[in-house]
Amino acid sequence: MNYSRSKLGVGMFILSEANFFLLLILAYVYFHAYPNGGPTAAGSLDPLRTGVFSIFLLASSATMWMAGRRTHRDGIAGPGPWLIATILLGFIFIVGQGEEWAGLIRNGVTVSRNLFGTTFFTLTGFHGLHVIAGLIALAALAGIVMAGKLRGRVQEPLEAIGIYWHFVDAVWIVIFSIIYLGAAV
Amino acid sequence: MSGAVLDDEIVAASAVAEGEGLLNWVASVDHKKIGLMYLISGFVFFAIGGFEALLMRLQLAWPRLNVLAPDTYNQLFTMHGTTMIFLVATPWLVGIATYLVPLMIGARDMALPRLNALSFWIQAFGGVMMYFSFIAGGAPNVGWFAYAPLSLRSFSPLAGVDYWAFGLLAIGIGTLAAGINFIVTIVTLRAPGMTMRRVPLFVWMMFIDAWLILLAMPVLNASLVLLLVDRYMDANIFNAAAGGSAVLWQHYFWAFGHPEVYILVLPAFGIISEVIPVFSGKPIFGYEFVAGSTLVIGFLSFAVWAHHMFAVGLGHAFDLAFAAGTMLIAVPTGVKIFSWTATMFGGCIRFTTAMLFAVGFLVMFTIGGLSGVTFAVVPIDWQMTDSYYVVAHLHYVMFGGTLFAIFAGFYYWYPKFTGRMLSEKWGRVHFWLTVVGFNGTFLVQHLLGMMGMPRRVYTYPDLPWWGSLNFISTAGAFTLGASVLLFLWIVLSSRRTGMPAGNNPWGGWTLEWATTSPPPAENFDLVPPIRGRRPLWDLTHPDRTDAIMSARAK
Repeated sequence: MNYSRSKLGVGMFILSEANFFLLLILAYVYFHAYPNGGPTAAGSLDPLRTGVFSIFLLASSATMWMAGRRTHRDGIAGPGPWLIATILLGFIFIVGQGEEWAGLIRNGVTVSRNLFGTTFFTLTGFHGLHVIAGLIALAALAGIVMAGKLRGRVQEPLEAIGIYWHFVDAVWIVIFSIIYLGAAV
Repeated sequence: MSGAVLDDEIVAASAVAEGEGLLNWVASVDHKKIGLMYLISGFVFFAIGGFEALLMRLQLAWPRLNVLAPDTYNQLFTMHGTTMIFLVATPWLVGIATYLVPLMIGARDMALPRLNALSFWIQAFGGVMMYFSFIAGGAPNVGWFAYAPLSLRSFSPLAGVDYWAFGLLAIGIGTLAAGINFIVTIVTLRAPGMTMRRVPLFVWMMFIDAWLILLAMPVLNASLVLLLVDRYMDANIFNAAAGGSAVLWQHYFWAFGHPEVYILVLPAFGIISEVIPVFSGKPIFGYEFVAGSTLVIGFLSFAVWAHHMFAVGLGHAFDLAFAAGTMLIAVPTGVKIFSWTATMFGGCIRFTTAMLFAVGFLVMFTIGGLSGVTFAVVPIDWQMTDSYYVVAHLHYVMFGGTLFAIFAGFYYWYPKFTGRMLSEKWGRVHFWLTVVGFNGTFLVQHLLGMMGMPRRVYTYPDLPWWGSLNFISTAGAFTLGASVLLFLWIVLSSRRTGMPAGNNPWGGWTLEWATTSPPPAENFDLVPPIRGRRPLWDLTHPDRTDAIMSARAK
């Protein structure tokens, strides 16, 4: 079999990232089961609002996928607009998360308030950092693609970043289910 | 396709490193140079970590000495443990593998050469950062596993633990990147004919080792991140007094820490699996069993972490499950010991220095493995935990196991690395000095542990035998110190007086011996045809190749 080095490398990387998030999720779940008083997920989060912003992140996976398809069809001329769309959608998600955080902090839910606050901000914060890292990578790729500076094949780096971006999306589905849907039930 | 891309990348990156001198090394993406830099930085930290150990043994040479202040002693044992595990054993093994894996599979370089350079530099940076703590208000003093709540701000207000955590994060990321690189390299860059049933066992061990790195290192990184959240953001994840859980830290740390033990010993198994067959004049006995049993060890290593936590009181069923899992690991490990001894059995054994260290490994590692099984028995663990019996056990595994194997590999591959032989005469002296020093230091510590001497305490009362046994241990430690100086001299003097090695001084069979010593930048002019597990044997014995002989045996 002929594997692509960069795709395989990213695949291995996200496997390790999955384990990293697993531990942060476990910490959240553990202190969700054994809370130490103070604000809870049910009392302070708005699943509907965050759900709407989550749709933007999910949509960005779809546009990323489209970017890959267009590259496959049209080469380097294809993915530009779809990459820009992906970046915008991801950016809207991050803005939504930032506003949510600001609201929580205004209401006194902070990292140091209680263990819900600690594990919530740690988990969503590390996810947010991964989104931002992805946005930076996408912006670099979009810049190179639109400047026409990419020598060789664009497919491989695009697919490698795509794997990472879909992973960040998938992790959010897990986090959203556990924190927000878990708070609702 | 990917081969061409790889060449582009190497040519582009090595254009930076055209110049002579230091820049040639610092800017290098050549796996051989990076591998050697791992070995050299590992030796620097080995000297530092060893010096820390000698200071501790000096303090413990006799009851109630006051060579070191208690807090200094705490800093020394913390830094000694952290250094030897993360800045010596790991980079030495990763370094040997970075040098050899591409050569053994007939590749030109690692699959991701720039990531390879990043791996080395980021872990070296982590090590320097950790040692910077000594001049930044005091080194960490909480032990290498940094149990909460001692490691939290309330008990450790100074910056030592922060340097420890940030340094380990850097090392963890570097090691993780190296693990990713090994997997991608072994999957994508094997030469034509080099199937996974034909790769040298060292490559097999590194392949499984890389998977362990991939899955265990993020566990460490997540634990460190949570510890830093506690320390910097005033949180209480590990602070039981405020609703957190100190036991959670133990679970998280050991869920990393036990696989880490195997991360440090699988490459050692790989080295032994290369050295013993060559110097026994026989192919390895049970290739599939050595590889397969390692797979079993890899899986089990993630399922036994709580045997470090029997003293916590996790409950009877919990303890029993982890005790059973731990004993199970002895089975695949025993399979390997059997394979190696069966390889030697009836062989034409050449006791070179490398072979001596390999045989030393077999004996020392078996002792460490057996004392490990005694720890799986929960009541024995309750009795022995946190005593010198633990110290003895872990050094028989880490020093008697991993380090003996590293020395075996070093004597075996040094001619390939440099083109010069190490002195066999002085190598033998080095081996016996190491054996005497090592056993002198740690054998008696089994007894001290059974007598109840606790680890990590800076002095001890003058109870019967304690003073004299500790004195033997200290004398052994200084013998080891002398052996390290001798080793350094052997290596340095080989630069002047070492015999030229030629391509294949030991009559090895794997591909690294098919090229010059040291290999040229592109590794091979022509990779020999690979029709079996021992391509060079097949090449030099065309009428008795492995394929012909095994067909004849059937």
